[in-house]
Amino acid sequence: MSPLEMNADAAFARVDLLNLVSMVEPGSRVLDVGCGDGSLLRLLAEKRGVDARGIELSQSGVNLCVAKGLSVIQGDADTDLVYYPDGSFDYVILSQTLQAMRQPRVVMEHMLRIGRRAIVSFPNFGHWKIRLQLLATGRMPVTKNLSYSWYETPNIHFCTIKDFIALVDEMDAEIEQASALDRFGRPVEMTLPRQMWNLFGEQAVFVLSGK
Amino acid sequence: MTLRHVADPDKRNEAIEPSSLVAHFGADEPLALESGERLGPWSIAYQAYGQLNADKSNAILLCHALTGDQHVANINPVTGKSGWWETMVGPGKPYDTDRFFIICSNVLGSCLGTTGPASLDPATGKPYALTFPVVTIRDMVNAQAKLVDRLGIETLFCVAGGSMGGMQVLEWAASHSERVFSAMPIATAAKHTAQNIAFHEVGRQAVMADPDWHSGRYLDEGTRPEKGLAVARMAAHITYLSEQALHRKFGRNFQDRSAPTFSFDADFEVESYLRYQGRAFVERFDANSYLFLTRAMDYFDLAKEHDSVLARAFIGSRTRFCIMSFTSDWLFPTRDSRAIVHALNAAGASVSFVEIETDKGHDAFLLDVPELLDTTRGFIDSAARARGLAVPARRAVP
Repeated sequence: MSPLEMNADAAFARVDLLNLVSMVEPGSRVLDVGCGDGSLLRLLAEKRGVDARGIELSQSGVNLCVAKGLSVIQGDADTDLVYYPDGSFDYVILSQTLQAMRQPRVVMEHMLRIGRRAIVSFPNFGHWKIRLQLLATGRMPVTKNLSYSWYETPNIHFCTIKDFIALVDEMDAEIEQASALDRFGRPVEMTLPRQMWNLFGEQAVFVLSGK
Repeated sequence: MTLRHVADPDKRNEAIEPSSLVAHFGADEPLALESGERLGPWSIAYQAYGQLNADKSNAILLCHALTGDQHVANINPVTGKSGWWETMVGPGKPYDTDRFFIICSNVLGSCLGTTGPASLDPATGKPYALTFPVVTIRDMVNAQAKLVDRLGIETLFCVAGGSMGGMQVLEWAASHSERVFSAMPIATAAKHTAQNIAFHEVGRQAVMADPDWHSGRYLDEGTRPEKGLAVARMAAHITYLSEQALHRKFGRNFQDRSAPTFSFDADFEVESYLRYQGRAFVERFDANSYLFLTRAMDYFDLAKEHDSVLARAFIGSRTRFCIMSFTSDWLFPTRDSRAIVHALNAAGASVSFVEIETDKGHDAFLLDVPELLDTTRGFIDSAARARGLAVPARRAVP
């Protein structure tokens, strides 16, 4: 990877996170599920002054977070969300992790139970490039953002934006805010109507609330 | 103030005449115990390292484990060995004596200068032995709180410790929450399990079965239940290790021989090692203290007075917690730590938790485990920042 590409990736990650940060009200209580190295939590604390907490599966991730002074526990979203009381956070965030959950629906139900709002961002499997790859090659798509082969991917529950909206309807939750991002992390809604997001959005971000 | 001691060749009686600092409390300042008894006069022996700052906001209280003592970072006056947490405590170490004022006291009921069963009962002039009141983890913590009062410290920057020390940390955080800015309970549990009580009972019965124990009056008789206490230590020591660690260290290796002797000599390295551990222990520890301290751990159940809902012990807590467990620790397994984490989450407390991968068993918290040091450093430095204490630039957040 050239330094230029690395910068582009870092910039994308940054834009993606800043987009999430902009959706959070200042001074609120936030739980980041699958918080990785704590980048989002730290941005939230710095830019929004939130009381930021996290859950992360990997020991290395937790260590990085603790070293940054973040309150992060080592745990598994699939099994540990059950221990959080109802309404204990203003926001529960699941950033780019939904597709790796064993039970995405159960996780989302817990998020809506624990938080007043849930923010979910995920890679859109309905993007035209992915559709085209499957159609043209007849093999599971591998892209720059989704770089794993099918047999080793942690991403076991891919969905499209349409799939996600259908699940939200089924769960009887409310979409308060939605956004699709292009490959530079820019919102596509500036240029495209909502019906086109499933084809042209590489990522999607939804803010949900329980009804 | 930094205290340094050299091993005393004359084996001074550290239980009665400790070479540590001692805070004395007279008969007019008795310690009210959980059992309802009042203990007084009483003393608490402690070591201190580093400087207390002007606003007294940089004090760290370290709590030692069952057979530990206050000699956390200096040569132990009884064994002549290094302090038990020198990996963690010292200049530039995670508990940095250049920046923090670090206190470690000998627990109530122990035998290194704090009042315990080997101390002289002022009523009789003889050692208390079994007339010493049964003390609890809470009593130990209340005794420490009196010491902290006497040092003029209102809020501790951090209270930290492993195993029985971790129990004290939890007790501090639950019953003196407002005095604890941050807390690090390591390799511990909010209650002692049936299995752990069972192991302790084996140890106690071994001590009591030794004829030299003399119903606890061995100091009067001029004997010591060395065999019983050694067996207790051998059994306990196994629980501090892991199957993998025993295998890695000893396997089925023979000790100084190439074939079995067809006798009950210590043919195997592991036998020889355990016998050595037993012998070394009786030279430094009082048998009755072992009975009282194991009992204190058995009685520990932080949730009990909260209708067995642990979260209620921490409601409203503003303490920052960092909890650590070790994968191969089967005495205080990770699920015990997770139970604490879940309770703190439910109480809305600020908590970090790491399970550290190691084959070193329960003893890992005393050893040079890089993740233990790194996590502690990260947590302490970030807590120091939140407390407005200086953090060296070289350890600025990456």
